[in-house]
Amino acid sequence: MTTKHHDASVYEQVQSSEQFQELKRRFRAWTFPMTAAFLAWYLLYVILSAWARDFMGITLFGNINVALIFGVLQFVSTFLIAWAYARHAGKKLDPLADQLRHEVEEKQQ
Amino acid sequence: MNDSSHVLSTILFLVFVVATLGITFWASRQTKDATDFYAGGRSFSGAQNGLAIGGDYMSAASFLGIAGIIALSGYDGFLYSIGFLVAWLVALLLVAELMRNSGKFTMADVLAFRMSPRPVRTAAGVSTITVSIFYLLAQMVGAGALVGLLLGVTSDAGKALTIVGVGALMIVYVVVGGMKGTTWVQIVKAVLLMGGATLITLLVLGKFGFNLSALLGEAAQKSGKGEAFLNAGGRYATDAQGLAGKIDLISLGLALVLGTAGLPHILIRFYTVPTAKDARKSVLWGIGIIGTFYLLTLVLGFGAAALVGSGAIAAQDKGGNTAAPQLALAVGQQLFGDVGGTVLLAIIAAVAFATILAVVAGLTLASSSSFAHDLYAHVFKRGTATDREEVLVARIAAFVIGAVSIGLGILAQGQNVAFLVALAFAVAASGNLPAILYSLFWRRFNTAGAVSAIYGGLVSALVLVIFSPVVSGSETALFPDADFAWFPLSNPGILSIPLGFFAGWLGTVLSKEHNAAKFAEIEVRSLTGVGAEKASQH
Repeated sequence: MTTKHHDASVYEQVQSSEQFQELKRRFRAWTFPMTAAFLAWYLLYVILSAWARDFMGITLFGNINVALIFGVLQFVSTFLIAWAYARHAGKKLDPLADQLRHEVEEKQQ
Repeated sequence: MNDSSHVLSTILFLVFVVATLGITFWASRQTKDATDFYAGGRSFSGAQNGLAIGGDYMSAASFLGIAGIIALSGYDGFLYSIGFLVAWLVALLLVAELMRNSGKFTMADVLAFRMSPRPVRTAAGVSTITVSIFYLLAQMVGAGALVGLLLGVTSDAGKALTIVGVGALMIVYVVVGGMKGTTWVQIVKAVLLMGGATLITLLVLGKFGFNLSALLGEAAQKSGKGEAFLNAGGRYATDAQGLAGKIDLISLGLALVLGTAGLPHILIRFYTVPTAKDARKSVLWGIGIIGTFYLLTLVLGFGAAALVGSGAIAAQDKGGNTAAPQLALAVGQQLFGDVGGTVLLAIIAAVAFATILAVVAGLTLASSSSFAHDLYAHVFKRGTATDREEVLVARIAAFVIGAVSIGLGILAQGQNVAFLVALAFAVAASGNLPAILYSLFWRRFNTAGAVSAIYGGLVSALVLVIFSPVVSGSETALFPDADFAWFPLSNPGILSIPLGFFAGWLGTVLSKEHNAAKFAEIEVRSLTGVGAEKASQH
């Protein structure tokens, strides 16, 4: 495995570079708040299922109630967040990560 | 269930077995080194691995179990499936790509990266094997009961024989085919499961003119519970359970949503693709497949309540596990007569066997990989084992773990071990997830922190379950005649997950050890893919 022989200082140099800090910021600024958001949204759903049954039982149309719509919205939000992350990663993270990787691999040769 | 469908399902199942054994022996010829055995040569595409993720994750418990819960208790089965799905966002956003970039074969590769390897690998190995064996045991006991119902095997000896058969096949898949063979079994299973579930769903919806509201109305009416059948509270956090029931539901939800990204058999799937971008693609495919599948089970569950009726389902199996097969029979009979019903039932029964086999193979592979790579090669041999030796030990471990789970599965036959799945998720969320997240994101994290997070989470989840109503002190407990329960919840997550995170923090700040250079390396590697393990070149 090549990594064992690398000089660790290369990684420390990269870590403190502005470009890497920008990559890290773009990654964390998107994924951390989004994780908090979807966990809160999911917990809201579970809490309402436990404590707000009357609200969840309100019929919207036909036999479709709030509980069913709320549950389906969890699927919709999961699909949308996954799609949005793929878009964010493709546009904002991959180009910067690829560039940094090439630079480090050149330095290591 | 009827005899001709038993014969037909057995034939279909044998076709599946012959086909997957063929694939397994083909895969064994492609398996030349450790990377092939542990990670399928990292040669699977994102889409292939996404299907395999679905095949690895969608167990019989989620196919037959959730449809059964919905058919008998209504809406609450949906709560379960939503937790199982949303959990994948944790894997997508925080874990999959970074693990692929910084690890090699097991979860412990990432944890041990900047720590003292022996204590951390020991902890991770213990946790991996514990989680996998719990999950495996639940699947094996379920398999005995299920195959009994589907094939009309009622004697204890017949069920034991079924467990031996399932166990023997799983051992062959893993020992002979390694990750390549196992992955292909999971891909085939995912395609069959999605195909079978889609077919029945379309037939059921077709009977109601593709009007979901009409289907729900019929299900609510047939259930005898009316509108309440379509709302939460039929099974979890019922009014009778009071506050403890409500908190238990939150606790279950937390373990489901945070456990997935800490399940060892899921984590090793991220190593089977060439790059982090493919790991991302795999999870996107996985989310699409798993999400669609759980929407289908919603229709299957309510469809079974509407077309078969809760009474007829509960008469066949108290847990409702035969709701989906019974629905296949009913909808087939109503649309195409007796022959149609028999054929559809046989198809769904065969799909259920395939489902069990693919999941148990994944679990056996995860635990034997961790035994060989973490405990044998790095703890016992201190990193001096050769590739050949490691793979040999992994194969032996797969055989032993398989044999042990067959034995335990037979001993536990008829016991109520369904709680083991929830326990596996709780341990994964309480021990593994804190260690993984701290390793990837917390500069200060160290050996003492990693070891305390894993053991802290593992022990608190186990202790709380041992003293909970699922083990003693209730009619449905593992030991109904004993009563040493003092923890009121069946699910430990709400307490054990914070305890795991807290133990990881405490262990870290109490120890001065810190490797800044290695943290720089894992941080740069995980985000950029520098030095990531490459795909095999053959």
